[in-house]
Amino acid sequence: MTDATASGAAPQKPASGSLLELDARTKRRNAAEARFKFYGMAAVGIGLLFLVLLLVSIVRNGVPAYTQTFISLPVELQAEKLDKNGNRDPEEIKKVSTFGYNPLIDQALFRVLEENGVESPFEKGADLRKMVSASAAAEIRDYVIANPEKIGETVSFRVLASSRVDGYLKGRVTREDLARDKNLDAEHLDIIDQLKEAGAVARTFNWSFILGADASESRPEQAGIGVSMLGSLFMMLVVLLLSLPIGVAASIYLEEFAPKNVWTDLIEVNISNLAAVPSIVFGILGLAVFIQFMHLPQSAPLVGGLVLTLMTLPTIIISTRASLKSVPPSIRDAALGVGASKMQSVFHHVLPLAMPGILTGTIIGLAQALGETAPLLLIGMVGYIASNYPDGVASGFLDPNSAMPAQIYEWAKRADPAYYERAWGGIIILLLFLMTMNIIAVILRRRFERRW
Amino acid sequence: MYDSPSLENEVTDKAIKIAADKVQVFYGDTHAIKDVDVQIQDKTVTAFIGPSGCGKSTFLRCLNRMNDTIDICRVQGQILLDGEDIYDKRVDPVQLRAKVGMVFQKPNPFPKSIYDNIAYGPRIHGLAKSKADLDVIVEKSLRRGAIWDEVKDRLHAPGTGLSGGQQQRLCIARAVATEPEVLLMDEPCSALDPIATGQVEELIDELRDSYSVVIVTHSMQQAARVSQKTAFFHLGNLVEYGETSQIFTNPVDPRTESYITGRIG
Repeated sequence: MTDATASGAAPQKPASGSLLELDARTKRRNAAEARFKFYGMAAVGIGLLFLVLLLVSIVRNGVPAYTQTFISLPVELQAEKLDKNGNRDPEEIKKVSTFGYNPLIDQALFRVLEENGVESPFEKGADLRKMVSASAAAEIRDYVIANPEKIGETVSFRVLASSRVDGYLKGRVTREDLARDKNLDAEHLDIIDQLKEAGAVARTFNWSFILGADASESRPEQAGIGVSMLGSLFMMLVVLLLSLPIGVAASIYLEEFAPKNVWTDLIEVNISNLAAVPSIVFGILGLAVFIQFMHLPQSAPLVGGLVLTLMTLPTIIISTRASLKSVPPSIRDAALGVGASKMQSVFHHVLPLAMPGILTGTIIGLAQALGETAPLLLIGMVGYIASNYPDGVASGFLDPNSAMPAQIYEWAKRADPAYYERAWGGIIILLLFLMTMNIIAVILRRRFERRW
Repeated sequence: MYDSPSLENEVTDKAIKIAADKVQVFYGDTHAIKDVDVQIQDKTVTAFIGPSGCGKSTFLRCLNRMNDTIDICRVQGQILLDGEDIYDKRVDPVQLRAKVGMVFQKPNPFPKSIYDNIAYGPRIHGLAKSKADLDVIVEKSLRRGAIWDEVKDRLHAPGTGLSGGQQQRLCIARAVATEPEVLLMDEPCSALDPIATGQVEELIDELRDSYSVVIVTHSMQQAARVSQKTAFFHLGNLVEYGETSQIFTNPVDPRTESYITGRIG
């Protein structure tokens, strides 16, 4: 009786351990969980850190490639040098080579110095001309051939400065460096400093890096990625047109129609293995089959596209099969149950439901192919200087060209440090393409899935 | 209205729609169905009951050759539909399935509109000559599926947005849209609540006027409520087949009795 009243008044004591205190075992388990969360966060953090480092270094190293130093030159197109007979015949004007234009540039340079009151230690025009890109003469010549009526007048040109001058304005080249450099002297930099003050030398955005063609090893200031971008475009067209229909047809057959037996198992294992084969192996296969056996042109985007198709097919087949598998079997039953044929059930019901997955897989496969360099190495799309735009669609597929990653690789291995910056700049463009493709994949996925 | 009851049906016993003779089904090495002989009458609800894994669904799927889609499945014996062997080499299962419709355990509407769900079958079989024809078929089927009043204002809404019971009735409507002669139902109410089950059962009873209905069910009460004939399967054997009232009140085989009274299963 007394016990009962006591327990009613005073709080009862828990039978086994208080819930308000953690026992040793629970503490250990909680600590293990906290540690695991920390490891996970640390792993994510390290990943993010590296991503940020990567992006920062790419942007820092690559952005200078998008600006270029130009020198404004009033060039007098002297008739006695360019058109001796004075009859403005384009054929005769073409006979004057770029060497014939150099004196005009020299003269224009002296004139600019004089106009801006800049003292020059150089007597010879050839020495002064080191500040100007070797492409300047060709640029003026092209202009004259296109506009022969301008001969005799003074035309203002914005010509590229040489890569050393450009590097000086970008902080890459210092006076100390030039002590060991025969391409430019410290005195040139003094002139550049003064011309910059006067506004005759300026660094501006350089469209020709994005749209232009590659240049020879000695003219990094002229090099652009535009032509190899076209090469990549034609290659991707080949890859898309071949790998999407072949890949989807193969997956549908294997997934929905093929009997499950030793042969299909073997094919399945081989497709999975092919996806893991190093891309350079596909390159050497392409070299042997497409170039040496079938005699398709070397370095052509068509061959590059064929090789990359071989490489992309396993990716597309695997992702397509996975998305076909993920369509619930009840949908197939439903279609068969109302008397649809196997093919009707696949094409009317299964394929539309699998479409977002197929498209995503295809775009991811294309993005992979876009960034692939190794197979291009073997079919000659690396090292070729893509200096001309293709004339049309056919030559776009068949004429030698490079591709963006191959162009970047090519720039990165050239000796001139000015090319280093262009390699980074090219990577920015490549990454933009890849990001765009991934965003398209996400958007397509959303659009198709939103329907139901 | 759609099938005027023939004189013959009223005078004699109902005609035999499906006759199975010594049917054996193998899944790889497993002998799933052993020597099943059963005769299913026209315009009758026949229930297949039995414990899980006894082969009743497997046998049902033999009746419209849905087992063809399973690679390791082999069927022996003879199944006659109106006297024709459905496993004959000349029979295209697609044509068969237009005659023998099927409703599945889980409601499986296509992820399309309610209208397209119903219209799909008639479209692929070319049953409608015009859009107006198709509209008529859709309305008729939805009415027969006892779901018309609920969906007539939203025919173009997705079929997957309906409730479970509505989805199942939509699937039944879809199955009848192709004008089948036999309707197979594989546990059509197992995913439904009691109210939806009641609606579907009522519907099955109405469908009996036009079709031969074969229903697989786990629920003995359901079999007793909706069917006129019942077949009891056990371990791949057809143990007993007869009038539902007789099976439930006076079973011949001791195994049937113990299943019905709840001692096995």
